[in-house]
Amino acid sequence: MSDHKAHSEAAHVKIYMMVFGALMVLTIVTVLVSYLHLPPALGILIGLAIATTKASLVATFFMHLKWERRLIYGLLGLTVFFMIVLFAVPIVDNHGLKPNIIHYDQPAAEEAHH
Amino acid sequence: MEHAPVESTGIPNGKLGTWLFLASEVMLFATLFTSYIVLRVAAPSWPRGWDVLNVPLATLNTFILITSSVTIVMAHAKVLEKDKAGFRRYMFFTLLLSFGFLIVKSFEYASKFQHHHYPATSIFYAIYFTTTGLHGIHVIGGILFNAGLMIWGAGDGWEDPLFAGRVEYAGLYWHFVDIVWIFLFPALYLL
Amino acid sequence: MKDHSEHGEHNGAHQDDFVGKYIFSVDHKVIGLQYLFTSMFFLLFGFTLVLLMRWQLAYPGTRIPLIGSLLPLSLAPGGVMLPSFYNSLGAMHGTIMVFLGIVPLGVGAFGNYVLPLQIGAPDMAFPRMNMMSYWSYLPGGCLMLLSFFLPGGAAQSGWTSYPPLSVINPGQTTWLIAMVFLITSSLLGSINFIVTTLNMRAQGMTLWRMPVFVWAQFVTAILLLLAFPPLEAASILQLMDRVAGTSFYIPANLVVGGKLLDHTGGGQPLLWQHLFWFLAHPEVYVLILPAMGIVAEIIANNTRKPLFGYKEIVGAMIFLGGMSFVVWAHHMFLSGMTPALSNFFLVTTMIISVPSVALLTCLVFSLHGGSIRFTVPMLFALAFLPMFGIGGLTGLPLGMPVTDIYLHDTYYVIGHFHYVVVTGTIIALMGGTYFWFPKWFGRRMSEGWGKFHFWTTLLCMNGVFMPMFIMGMAGASRRLYDPTAQLHNLTTQPMNVVSTISAILLMTAQIPFLVNFFYSIFHGEKCDSNPWHVTTLDWACPSPPPHGNFAKPPRVYRGPYEYSLPGAKADWIPQDVKEAA
Repeated sequence: MSDHKAHSEAAHVKIYMMVFGALMVLTIVTVLVSYLHLPPALGILIGLAIATTKASLVATFFMHLKWERRLIYGLLGLTVFFMIVLFAVPIVDNHGLKPNIIHYDQPAAEEAHH
Repeated sequence: MEHAPVESTGIPNGKLGTWLFLASEVMLFATLFTSYIVLRVAAPSWPRGWDVLNVPLATLNTFILITSSVTIVMAHAKVLEKDKAGFRRYMFFTLLLSFGFLIVKSFEYASKFQHHHYPATSIFYAIYFTTTGLHGIHVIGGILFNAGLMIWGAGDGWEDPLFAGRVEYAGLYWHFVDIVWIFLFPALYLL
Repeated sequence: MKDHSEHGEHNGAHQDDFVGKYIFSVDHKVIGLQYLFTSMFFLLFGFTLVLLMRWQLAYPGTRIPLIGSLLPLSLAPGGVMLPSFYNSLGAMHGTIMVFLGIVPLGVGAFGNYVLPLQIGAPDMAFPRMNMMSYWSYLPGGCLMLLSFFLPGGAAQSGWTSYPPLSVINPGQTTWLIAMVFLITSSLLGSINFIVTTLNMRAQGMTLWRMPVFVWAQFVTAILLLLAFPPLEAASILQLMDRVAGTSFYIPANLVVGGKLLDHTGGGQPLLWQHLFWFLAHPEVYVLILPAMGIVAEIIANNTRKPLFGYKEIVGAMIFLGGMSFVVWAHHMFLSGMTPALSNFFLVTTMIISVPSVALLTCLVFSLHGGSIRFTVPMLFALAFLPMFGIGGLTGLPLGMPVTDIYLHDTYYVIGHFHYVVVTGTIIALMGGTYFWFPKWFGRRMSEGWGKFHFWTTLLCMNGVFMPMFIMGMAGASRRLYDPTAQLHNLTTQPMNVVSTISAILLMTAQIPFLVNFFYSIFHGEKCDSNPWHVTTLDWACPSPPPHGNFAKPPRVYRGPYEYSLPGAKADWIPQDVKEAA
């Protein structure tokens, strides 16, 4: 079993180096983009997209997910689903509560609110 | 007792166990990111990362961590090729880079403390110190495990049938730590 | 591709010394017994705490009999408990029962001991990690107990630990640190259970031939794996708030005792609630699933027929587990959520009641046409059915915002969850104890005392918790030190007395059980390896099983409940027997 894996590992080394290069490039890109001082919404979108791409490269190739079995995909899929639920609910709740939140650095606004 | 055939997934115990552990870690860090998002969105104002944090140092750390991910996956490749010296070399570099990450981090923290910025100073710093701190603890954990593998590999470990697998699992954990930083870096420093 | 090298891992860990064999044992059976005895102690301790509370509730402001004089001035001057002590008792009772009692018993004890046996494995996948799991639990538990004796006393902000109160109240730091130990223990255990179930089954033990108990433990382990980490992270944030002065959960300009709090603010108490309940709701399914698994095993065995709807039961458990992750905010209906969000949770909560009902129905239908043996385990299993029914049904008004607005934080809630956990889970665990006792110790408990224990326990449990529904609907608030402080409670105050007397009798009723249990370990009637004639693999090895469990790795040929197969010689065929007749 290990011989089989060693054989394919040699081919993988080339892939690792390419991924390494891509990660470095993407890191430089994401830092340069941040110097543009984009408005938060756009900045978050681009930053998240680049980060997701980098993370996917690490997961797919360094963590061997590309050649992994379905059970692992299922486990990760389930985890990501629950993770999204964990993100979504407090954010939605927070959004719904926004009108009721009194900001501590704007007490004048609080009086206007009443 | 001899080993009888068993009903199994075909995935070795250690690998399955490692992925399950990583799934739980995903939920752990997801909670921190959720908290960050909620608190930031609710805040009346929030500093831009580049104004208060050291982007160049963190960029350096990002390069360091990504490189260490490459060296650890190469270390595993060397184990499969039965290249003991190669394994030691790549694992050594992984550890070196990991220490480098921590050293850069400690420079960052020290500079913050010198300017009297502590977790209690503001909600921004609370998030910053707690998330990077917990990430740092995970780096330390990885260092300990990887160092243990190096020591074991220098002795009985190299011939142990479980050795190659455990190096792979150490790599999986380390890549996860890298992935967390890949998200943490833009989330805290670049936005 | 089967990695044989990994299966031999346990063979290296031969332990010949006392410490290796009994203290830091890596044998799942020894660890299971460690969990059994430790969790039983914590259950009794947690029960004692609530007895103190029950005295105060029935006779507010009076001296606690017997031990009142033993309590220090800081807790109960003149033997009358202080409100702060009452709050500590409440918080610690909940914490200890859930995290130190029921889960370690249902999962740590029953799961650890029985699961590898039922799938025909020689041990867990990671025996050393199993040992570490117990040795994280014990220090965590001891730290919880120790907190009573530290300055400030034990935590007093409810097991729910809502900030800002939990950030400013004493005792909470120890609670949070202890929780980190307990969560670590749980995490290590859940990884072990999942890998063992998936990778260590004997040849022929396909997933659909596994006993329901194994499925229940498997789903439970997945819940623990994915739901606990958010609480761990949330606890770290709360610890930072307490120790490092951060404001993750502290809103700005908070005034405590007339003084402005030192924290900068900017935090959200509701954030804790979301993160806490994200775990705590799946946690309650962690409490019930092993119990359902136990009841299913006992019913199949004592009706001498296959379970009705085996696949449906398993499907219901899986669906229940999955849904449990998306219902948590029904604990937060009164937090001010927008109706859209609370309606989402209303819908998911209504949906989650379906698999529970399906499961219960299958178990009830399993009785039909059976040759029912009224053994002690069966009595407990039968009682579980209507009791869990009551518990589940009383949850429905709580799951709907419109009625929950009235019932939230009343005694109705306490009645509901105690019916599910006490008359539900604990009844099932007691039944499981009588059922597997011969397997663990090679001896039997006294049937006569068992029946006495059953009837007295069932009666007293109902005496404690049934009045609470009425009290709650009459408006009695929970977590109230002096119930008579609310004038409308004066009419229902006699019910508090009924609950308290029943609780004292309930504790008394456990004495013969404990005597029976410990006496029988040493002097119980010896029995063979399978006195109940059970078909599952756990009974196909000696009682108790030796290290490694099976002399030869078992080979499975049939499903788990082949009772009364038409044409067969006996009314039961073990899973590892090839020929039917």
